[in-house]
Amino acid sequence: MEKFGFTISKGRQIDYESNNRRIAEYIFENEPSFRLCFECGGCSATCTTANFTGFSLRELNILIKRGENDQVRSTLKKCMLCGKCTLVCPRGVNTRNIVVLAKQAFQKSDEYEI
Amino acid sequence: MILEGKKAIWNDYQKEIADDKYYYVRSCVRQNFFPGSETAFLKIMREELKKDVYEHPCHTTCTGIGYHGDIVPVETTMTVVARQFAIMTEAGYENLLPSCITSFGLYTEILDTWHHFPEVEEKVRRQLRKATGREFRKPKNLAHASDVIYKFRKEIASKAKYKLVNKNTGEPLKVVDHIGCHYAKMFPSKGIGGAEYPYVLAGMVEEWGGNVIDYPERRHCCGFGFRQYLVQANRGFSVACSKEKFESMKPFKPDMIITNCPGCPMFLDRWQYVINEMEGKRYGQNEEGIPVFTYEEVAGLVLGYDPWELGLQMHQTDCEPVLDKIGIDYSPEDKYNLKIIPSYSESRSLINV
Repeated sequence: MEKFGFTISKGRQIDYESNNRRIAEYIFENEPSFRLCFECGGCSATCTTANFTGFSLRELNILIKRGENDQVRSTLKKCMLCGKCTLVCPRGVNTRNIVVLAKQAFQKSDEYEI
Repeated sequence: MILEGKKAIWNDYQKEIADDKYYYVRSCVRQNFFPGSETAFLKIMREELKKDVYEHPCHTTCTGIGYHGDIVPVETTMTVVARQFAIMTEAGYENLLPSCITSFGLYTEILDTWHHFPEVEEKVRRQLRKATGREFRKPKNLAHASDVIYKFRKEIASKAKYKLVNKNTGEPLKVVDHIGCHYAKMFPSKGIGGAEYPYVLAGMVEEWGGNVIDYPERRHCCGFGFRQYLVQANRGFSVACSKEKFESMKPFKPDMIITNCPGCPMFLDRWQYVINEMEGKRYGQNEEGIPVFTYEEVAGLVLGYDPWELGLQMHQTDCEPVLDKIGIDYSPEDKYNLKIIPSYSESRSLINV
């Protein structure tokens, strides 16, 4: 392959055939403050885990809202639930609860409850 | 379906295009990308259609690339455009005819801004007076060069030597029309057919014998978007847009693509090479690329101009498959031999010849 200095970016359109918003809807229902998140990244900046594992709550929020759940499931385990992110959120989102609810939602989804 | 209603809606998306006495402004980039196109346009307008098309050597860039790349502030852009209007006024013309889609979009945007904010126009007039001592009148008619070719498509068809028809099968060629985003997506009422059903290129293709194909990503941008390609590392976004279109049009087996923007033919043409180098994919038939043309080149081919005089050798994706399908008489040996073309070998001024 020729070296062009760039590669072909992957399309980022939301495909409703493959993206699944069930997890996002469960969280919206049980933690309405999730809707207030405007992806500033304050949570990721203060995250202790992020320093060691590359975990990003901001990225996680976007992926949940887009319905790209496969990536969410694998990264959720990295969160220690310390709650530092809740202290810095400028919109007062209960970010820790989002992680807890996401774990719950996956469990319920596996058991066909949602 | 109530046809009268449809016709009434369609009438809202027609535009007035001047008949004669055009003030032609060239594009900054087309001269480098496909240098034969503007020359062919002038030849068609002056020699075939006998129209008065004037161009001025003092015309400069409209700064559209800088404006959309967030480099040039809008007031500077407006003052530069005001200077173009002033030169047109001094030359005694009123019908502005830009060759570039972005220039067309920018002129439309500026005239609309001045319509809604007359104080901005007054400020720009003041700035131009202070900087150059010039005054200007706003153009009476603003039409893109493709609008004018669309207007005279029947005249061109009546003089045509070839049709967009496969000479072996007798079937119309399957043509993808690609309209530049700045043509009608910003101001739908300023384009023929609006933003959703722009008819400017489809009208030409149908008149000249081809068949326009409708595919899912027909209105998708080619990816030219100035900031996307200015930074090398970001060009992946640009090529991804073109790839999206190619993937979508491939099942319809297009014979060729026709465009009316400076950037679209360049990128749809060059990115086919890049995608082939990176991923080994080709989108045309028989493991070839899909030839990409400007509307002037297609008009020139239909009128029987020499392909190499039209500058088709500047295309990275070979255009010979289409020439063969139409049955155009050309000499493969002369592809890169410009000496055989009299208009190139003669030393003469290209302005207002």
